[in-house]
Order: sequence, then C-alpha cells, then structure tokens
Amino acid sequence: MTTKFTNDHEWARQEGDIITVGITDFAQSQLGEVVFVELPDVGREVSQGEEAAVVESVKAAGEVKAPVAGTVIEVNEALADEPEQVNEDPAGKGWFYKIKPSDDSQYAALMDEDSYQSMIADLA
Amino acid sequence: MTDSASPLTTPLHDLHLELRGKMVAFAGYQMPVNYADGIIKEHLQTRENAGLFDVSHMGQIRVRGENIAEQLETLLPVDLVGLERNRQKYALFLNEQGGVLDDLMAIKLRDQFLLVVNAACKHQDMAYLQSALGAHLDIELLTDKALIALQGPKASGALQTLVSEDSVDLSTIKFMQAAHINLNGAECLITRSGYTGEDGFEVSVDADAVNSLTRKLLEHDDVSAVGLGARDSLRLEAGLCLYGQDLSADVTPIEANIGWAISPVRRAGGAREGGFPGASTILQQQQNGCTKKLVALSPEGRAPMRAGTKLLDHDQNAIGQITSGGFSPSLGKPISMGYVSSELSKSGTVLLAEVRGKHLPVSVAKLPFIAHNYYR
Repeated sequence: MTTKFTNDHEWARQEGDIITVGITDFAQSQLGEVVFVELPDVGREVSQGEEAAVVESVKAAGEVKAPVAGTVIEVNEALADEPEQVNEDPAGKGWFYKIKPSDDSQYAALMDEDSYQSMIADLA
Repeated sequence: MTDSASPLTTPLHDLHLELRGKMVAFAGYQMPVNYADGIIKEHLQTRENAGLFDVSHMGQIRVRGENIAEQLETLLPVDLVGLERNRQKYALFLNEQGGVLDDLMAIKLRDQFLLVVNAACKHQDMAYLQSALGAHLDIELLTDKALIALQGPKASGALQTLVSEDSVDLSTIKFMQAAHINLNGAECLITRSGYTGEDGFEVSVDADAVNSLTRKLLEHDDVSAVGLGARDSLRLEAGLCLYGQDLSADVTPIEANIGWAISPVRRAGGAREGGFPGASTILQQQQNGCTKKLVALSPEGRAPMRAGTKLLDHDQNAIGQITSGGFSPSLGKPISMGYVSSELSKSGTVLLAEVRGKHLPVSVAKLPFIAHNYYR
C-alpha cells in the first residue's frame, strides 16, 4: 500500500487495483471547517485532473480532482451527514471516493510523500 | 488604491499574528479571516459569550461646523435634525438613481457628527462628502483612531470591568446610544451597536491605546478574538446587508428591503419629505413597490448557495441571484440572501438555484434567520 499526492492537494492510496482519493491535511487546514461534500455518481468515468467532487467549507468551495483516470466504484456516503470527518481524519474516515484506474502509469507518476511535504513546506 | 499596492495593516496587526490569525486581503488591508479556533467556534462564541473584532479598517469620518445635521440630511435619507445627542442612526449614501453608494452609522455628538463607513468605500465617501459639503463643513477621515467591536450576550459584563470607577454604568446605555467613557485608562467613544444581531458595543479609541485595551478585554474569560469569517456568518444570520454584495449602486434601499432606514419625516408626506439623492425613485418605490426584492433564502439541501448563484423559477426562467450565502453555524445548515422578482418574494415560495449545473430547491424565508438580541 502506497500513498501518492497531487499538486492540487489530493492524496491517492493504491490498495490492490483500487485507488482511494481524499484531500490532504494541508488542504483541509487551508479550507477550514468542512460543511458540505458533493460526491460523484458511482459508475462515472473520470479523466485525470477532472473535477470529481466538491468540498465546501464555511469560507469557500473547492474542487477535488481525479488524480488518475478511471471509473468511480464507491463513494464515502458517510460524508453527507458528517462532512467534518474531512477535517478530523482527512487521510482516513474523510476519504471521498474510490477509483478503478484505466491507466496504471498515471498513479506511478504522482508525487511521493517526501516530494509533497517539501512542496507544502515551500507554500507555508 | 490599486490591488497591487501593498496591503495596509491595522494597529492590532501584531496581535492578530500572535493569535495565529489567518490573514487575508480585505478592502486593501490584511485582516484575520479567523484565528486558531476557526470560524464556527468563533461564531458560536459571539452568540453565546462575547466576540472581539478588530474593525479598525473601517472609516471614521469626523464632521464639524454649523448646522451639520441639516447639511448631512441633504445627502442622507434619515432624520438627523431630530436625532438626540449621543445617539446614532443607520444611514445610506445614495446616487441620483436611488442606488446605494455605501451604508454607514451616523453618530450625533455635542459639537460634531462621527460617520462610520465601510473600509472599501471610505476614500470614495470622503471625496463625495468633500465635494458635496466641503465648502460648509470641516470633514476629516480620522487616521489616528482604531475601532473594535465587542459583541455577544456577555459583552456588556466584560466591558463593564474596564470602566473606570465613578464613570458610566453600561446598563444606562441602550441600543444605538453613544457615550464618551474611560476604558482601561483610555478615553473612548462607545456606541451600543454592532453588526452581528447581538447586544454589544463598538469602541472608537486612539490607535496608540487600542492594543492595551484589546489585550485587557481578551484576558476576560468570556471574551475571545473573532475574525471576518464569523463576522460575515453572524451578520448573515441576523439578516444584515453587506455592502458590495447585498447593497450596491445598482439597488435601491426599497429593493434591498431596508426601507425602514428611510426616516418617516423624509418619506412621502413627511415634514421634510425627500431632499436627498434619488429621493424621487425611492419615495415612488416606497409607495408603489418595485420589481425585485431582497429576501432570505433557505436551501432545502445541505449545499451552501453562495453569492453569484443564479435563481430560477420552475419554468427555468432567470428570476434573480443570490448576493450572500454560506453555512449558518447557529442553525447547522446553509442560508442565503438574494434578489428575486417581487411576485416571487413571498415567504414559503420555492425557487431553484443553479449550483454547479444542477437545479436545487431553495425556499424564500423570513429575515432575520436568528432573532436579534439588542439591548433596548
């Protein structure tokens, strides 16, 4: 199991042939308290970088893009009632959706944790 | 000032950073959108205890001279001649079409008026006042004064602890009244008002005394610092218009549903009817109605509907737009305000809002969303 990252502050975790997607701790701290999450329909085909979900905090709305192309196979229904999970446990219970990727090379090309941490260190 | 100019700071800037304020650009200033607690906690703190806001970016304009009330009444559609000393009135600068140029508080003092105006409008307001009244009155933007607001049901108790002995009992100062008092050793002008819907005070104090006063207030158990984010959600729950969103040069006070701000003596049939910019349009709309109206909007789902969201009727016709919207921490659900065609402005009317290409139901509600808690 590995976790990779995007420039747009999504994380992607590969387990078997499935990739789970969420937003990073840095992203949730920048957004502030999350009050609403809009998730994609299961079965939707997404291309890499396409807006797949929306996360709204008290302050603003943000996009959650697809880190890799593929088919959405499951979404985190619990976020409808508990959007605050995105703040409390962004890398765990605050996951957004799962994708079955259509092109395995895209995941391999994403940033690793060290690269992502140095990117956000430069932003801070 | 242009957007590229380096942002200004208020005299409380260092304190904002110490309190881990998340600083954003607002009206040319670096201001805290929230502190370490976050918007929701800061919002609820203000509703339940007392929130302390730095509003020093706002303009404080001192007007001195002869017959100030009469002169200001040529610009403002309110009764300033009949206003008692040490009281303030909510007022509006208007253009010739009746559009709103700014909203403000006008405080009548012994020998002068103090106008408290929006930060983003203060230089434009100064130019407007100078050109209209500068020949008769001495008009000055006070740059050596800070302004803080202490808001919430425990604001009065907390502020009283800093009132010097033998000075004023705050319980004698009612909503929209003003007083000169000594707080923490500094001469202050306080008004019992604010923009949260709660009881509370705005305190005008010398810039070099505001740090000590603010830090002293924050030592009180009931007081915490609150940023602009919660200021926005608090005023929205209270149904109070924000200039630049709900109010603009394109809407009249009647359309904005703040016709109450036109004092009765300045209305049609009043003793000093009209006589302010845009009076013919405003008084005509006050009697005959207008085609669009600002209303409270309650989204039926959980998706916030923010400023700029288009409103449609059930035949997909565009019938208005949301001008303020977000999440209400007190109600735990989204709330909005916006303009709709007058025939669709009745409470309970269900409309559609276009959110990311979807049409979601939203119903016209009653303002305010949260009852006001003023000390009258």
